[in-house]
Amino acid sequence: MDTTKTAIADSSYVKTKKLVIDVKNLKKSFGTQKVLQKISMQLFDGENLVVLGKSGSGKSVLVKCIIRLLEADGGSIDILGENVDRLHQDGLMEIRKKIGFLFQSGALYDSMTVRENLEFPLTRIKKDLTRAAVNEKVKEALENVGLYDAIDKMPAQLSGGMRKRISLARTIVLDPMIMLYDEPTTGLDPITSDEISILIKDIQQKYKTSSIIITHDIACARSTANRVVMLHEGQIYQEGSLESFEKSEDMFIKSFFK
Amino acid sequence: MKKLIPIIQLKPSVEQAKNRAIKVTEKTFDISNKASGFFQEVANMFLFAAQTFKATFSRDFEFKEFLRQCYQIGNKSLPLISVTGIIIGLVLAIQSRPTLMNFGAVTMLPGMVAVSLIREMGPVITALICAGKIGSGMGAELGSMKVTEQIDAMEVSSTNPMRFLVVTRVLAATLMIPLLVLYADALGLIGSWAGANIKGDVTFILYCRQALSHVHFMDFLPAVIKTFVFGAIIGLVGCYKGYNAGRGTESVGKAANSAVVLASLLVIMVDLVAVQITDML
Ligand SMILES: Nc1ncnc2c1ncn2[C@@H]1O[C@H](COP(=O)(O)OP(=O)(O)OP(=O)(O)O)[C@@H](O)[C@H]1O
Ligand SMILES: [Mg+2]
Repeated sequence: MDTTKTAIADSSYVKTKKLVIDVKNLKKSFGTQKVLQKISMQLFDGENLVVLGKSGSGKSVLVKCIIRLLEADGGSIDILGENVDRLHQDGLMEIRKKIGFLFQSGALYDSMTVRENLEFPLTRIKKDLTRAAVNEKVKEALENVGLYDAIDKMPAQLSGGMRKRISLARTIVLDPMIMLYDEPTTGLDPITSDEISILIKDIQQKYKTSSIIITHDIACARSTANRVVMLHEGQIYQEGSLESFEKSEDMFIKSFFK
Repeated sequence: MKKLIPIIQLKPSVEQAKNRAIKVTEKTFDISNKASGFFQEVANMFLFAAQTFKATFSRDFEFKEFLRQCYQIGNKSLPLISVTGIIIGLVLAIQSRPTLMNFGAVTMLPGMVAVSLIREMGPVITALICAGKIGSGMGAELGSMKVTEQIDAMEVSSTNPMRFLVVTRVLAATLMIPLLVLYADALGLIGSWAGANIKGDVTFILYCRQALSHVHFMDFLPAVIKTFVFGAIIGLVGCYKGYNAGRGTESVGKAANSAVVLASLLVIMVDLVAVQITDML
């Protein structure tokens, strides 16, 4: 616990930046399996927070709890100063409009073309956009992930990596205030991975978004992270700057950063 | 000396009796578990229906998706229903002809066929076909959307999936299945004309006039009302099963399959109730 405190004190965010997401004592189990036990973490305005952890450590469950796709068993979650635990459908929808969520599985709509996939959330969240503005935004988002050519394809016609990038485009087209990326570079080749990492950084700088980035990809973490949290056995194992992780003598952390 | 092994034990030992008793209790528990599971399922379905109902009357009706679903339902089942409709009419006419002849009541044939088509055969057979075709389609489609997190994706892009996916499908089924039934009735009538008339001495117009003169409004109205119920059941069960699919791809198949089974069963049961009610009128 001590290390955690000093790590937060080290980072320059605490005094200067305001809280965007505040998770306190989050608990979640499935049946007898305790996936998250007393997770507390903060996301500050304008930062990229990288969440590391072994496969099955509950990273996806954590972000799904934050956006309330899963109901937590205990603890509280504040987003932009509002407690979302007991929000009803309408309030939840308002909060979700400010959050972009990249699914680990992509979750593209199978029955729609790539263009329709991007337009679906865009026209529903930003109802006052003109037709031309929608087209422009879709084009820009697809160019950002290097897949403008695929605009009229169906998801079934795309490769796994392409689906992932389209899914990313569908998230960034909304330019939300908060981004939750669930493994944005998994399954991509190193070159595309680097491009995506750069894109994530660009988005942060251009739109001043605050992001949680879940990843196993240390290269992606190195190029995007302002701060890192490591999840292990349902708890926060360590939290701090990227350098503090790289210099760590802890065997478990070392095995991640070798 | 070898020990003799008793091949048939006449008196079961205490141990065996105990085991048997345990087995019986286990079985009973199993059955009671299954029964309570069934009632839970029914309760959940009512809850789902209530949610759908509530979502239907909230603002932002997804009209485009509703039309798309109507088209899909019609498009998917029209060929099958055309063939079945004609054949049912044909078979009804050919089958009843000899019997009616025995009673010297062949002139009753058009009326009898029309009444049984409109009251029973048309609605039930169309509904059963649609339970197979449309119910399973909805179960599989929503099930795979659930499994691949597409429904979650809708939810986070501030679209209510109940409203977008479920309400549109249930309403489309509720509207389209009565239309398909009317269509099947009409084709059945044509089929029965062909069947009754192999020798070719009555024109179709005359045949229809004879047939429909026996159909009263009170034959027609309950049949139409019940087809709306069939439609709603097929849509609701298909969506419910798909929407509540588990994790993993195999649950998609399960959702589709159990949607057909449950929808068909409910159609038959509702038909039984509907017949009782009509009988009392
Ligand atoms: N809806 C669910 N129902 C039951 N168990 C679940 C559910 N979602 C996740 N789990 C369980 O929770 C645990 C954590 O899953 P999670 O998907 O969060 O892992 P993860 O850290 O994202 O792993 P990966 O890096 O492989 O994506 C797993 O053991 C999984 O079996
Ligand atoms: Mg995951």
